[in-house]
Amino acid sequence: MLARVGQRAAAGAAVVAGVVTLTFFLLHLAPGDPAARLLGPAASETQLAVQRHALGLDRPLGLQYLAWLGGFARGDWGRSIATGRPVAELLRDAIPATVELVGLSLLLSYGLGLVVGALQAAAGARVDTLLSVATVTLFALPGYWLGLMLVMALTYGARWLPAFGAAGLDVESLTGWARLGDALRHLALPLATLTLIGVGGTARFVRGAMLDARRQPFVRTAEAKGLSAWQVTRHHVARHAVVPVVTLLGLSLPTLFSGAVFVEAVFAWPGMGRRLVEAVQARDYPVVMAATAVSALLVVVGNLVADATLSWIDPRLRRGLRVS
Amino acid sequence: MSGLWRDRRAAFAVTVLALVVLAAAAAPLVSAGDPAAPRDIVATRFLAPLATDRAGVFHLLGTDRFGRDVWTRLVYGARISLGVGVLAVLLSVAIGVAVGAVAGQWGGPIRTLLLGLTDFALALPRVVLLLLLAALWRPSTALVIVVLGLTGWMSIARLVQGEVRALAARPFVEGARALGVSRRRLLWRHVLPNALTPVIVAAALGVGNAIMLEGGLSFLGLGVQPPTPSWGTMIASGRDTLVNAPWVAAAPGLALVLVVVACTLLGDALGDALEPTTPARGPGAAPG
Repeated sequence: MLARVGQRAAAGAAVVAGVVTLTFFLLHLAPGDPAARLLGPAASETQLAVQRHALGLDRPLGLQYLAWLGGFARGDWGRSIATGRPVAELLRDAIPATVELVGLSLLLSYGLGLVVGALQAAAGARVDTLLSVATVTLFALPGYWLGLMLVMALTYGARWLPAFGAAGLDVESLTGWARLGDALRHLALPLATLTLIGVGGTARFVRGAMLDARRQPFVRTAEAKGLSAWQVTRHHVARHAVVPVVTLLGLSLPTLFSGAVFVEAVFAWPGMGRRLVEAVQARDYPVVMAATAVSALLVVVGNLVADATLSWIDPRLRRGLRVS
Repeated sequence: MSGLWRDRRAAFAVTVLALVVLAAAAAPLVSAGDPAAPRDIVATRFLAPLATDRAGVFHLLGTDRFGRDVWTRLVYGARISLGVGVLAVLLSVAIGVAVGAVAGQWGGPIRTLLLGLTDFALALPRVVLLLLLAALWRPSTALVIVVLGLTGWMSIARLVQGEVRALAARPFVEGARALGVSRRRLLWRHVLPNALTPVIVAAALGVGNAIMLEGGLSFLGLGVQPPTPSWGTMIASGRDTLVNAPWVAAAPGLALVLVVVACTLLGDALGDALEPTTPARGPGAAPG
């Protein structure tokens, strides 16, 4: 099992290295000069040259790449071209905000999705159809639109929940429970948006996995030897279906992270996604580089966790057997 | 395949998609004409759905802040959104089939390399990559198609690769090989036509996804550029008027959800019809 996890960790490191390299060369080969963007259209050629030199953009591309890699490994992620602040500082605030949003939404949508999907697989045709319509619709909702509709109904309509940012303007004056309440109220709408969409996807997948497991010959054997429907589901179907479901956990992380980019943009949530969108629009190379690398890292770590969980729950993997 | 037409999901999906395609194709006939032309802004802005303006023009879905008819923009926007979705998926299918076929047929280091590349691209958050590519060049409709196509081929490549390898062991392929058919001809004439079944399912699901992502990119200002109407730019433009004119953002979103639901149901129904023994699966099976 350890060998397997180690192998996956190496593959994950390769993915992160690949992403960083790809991003670096794409950014530097694309049109658009950050020095010109920084100084505005009135800058003279000499001023531009001085600025490029100050940013290190006049060095050969290979050298810039190596310098950036070395800095990144030491935790020195450079300074934002647009704001002048250290990149590490910009992202240090953003990473927990995104991990909070994505992590909670993953937990919630998994919990609810498992219940709904399992219910569908066990229920009669009418309930199944009804829930299928609901989950397909949820799954088809674009986050940027669902977010706006929730804002319209619950912020402008019912005036229940705040729509923007992670904290109110008066957050500094709040303490204890009031502060937590403020944080939760700000979290409610972005979290609900991501979770509703996630529930749709998870329930659809869980239903498929359960029905697939139900068709296996060992289920017929279990039924033939007289086990109750509950026992068959609990001990044979669910245990079999859990493998693809945990696999989905890792696979759905990139999707969830992608969804968070739009949801953060709608709700002005101060996370990685919003930072990335802003940096991309301002062509802020150091921030884009670091944000992309950190996103890839988060996804790879999530995949590793899912993989380790899988090795832990599936005895075939634990003993190093191949699963077809 | 014949069971497909008795499938209620497929019937619903085909009806919805046919109506939307028809409305998009006949946009000048079913709407008030030019989607970008503002009329008398002061008199016609923010008219509620089903209102008639002073000139006697009926506005089924109301008007936006420039007095533009939302229904007209919706049907013209369908051209852009559907067109982008379909073209992007065609590009993804072309790349995915090429990569999958080569990896499945040739094997050895080429397969290792191509599959490694596929897994690498699959591990990236697609939107991060989309943002990066979309922001590097000047935003345009063509760029959105290319960018969506370049980031959507991986699952198709995996599917095709698996099918090609499974088909290689089938008697008719072995027979053709024994007759001395060249590798390329074997691939084109015998293997690929049989490997495309799961690609059709993936493509149906992919179109819905691509339309949704086009909307997202346009929403962030990195996709289709205003005043060209796409459903994403329409949602973005309705964002600032949620309070006094909620229909401007609601209408294109509803249209988008309807089309994505139809694509998903069509994919599900096709999957069940083409492979009756296995249920439609989520993204990829367990790694082995």
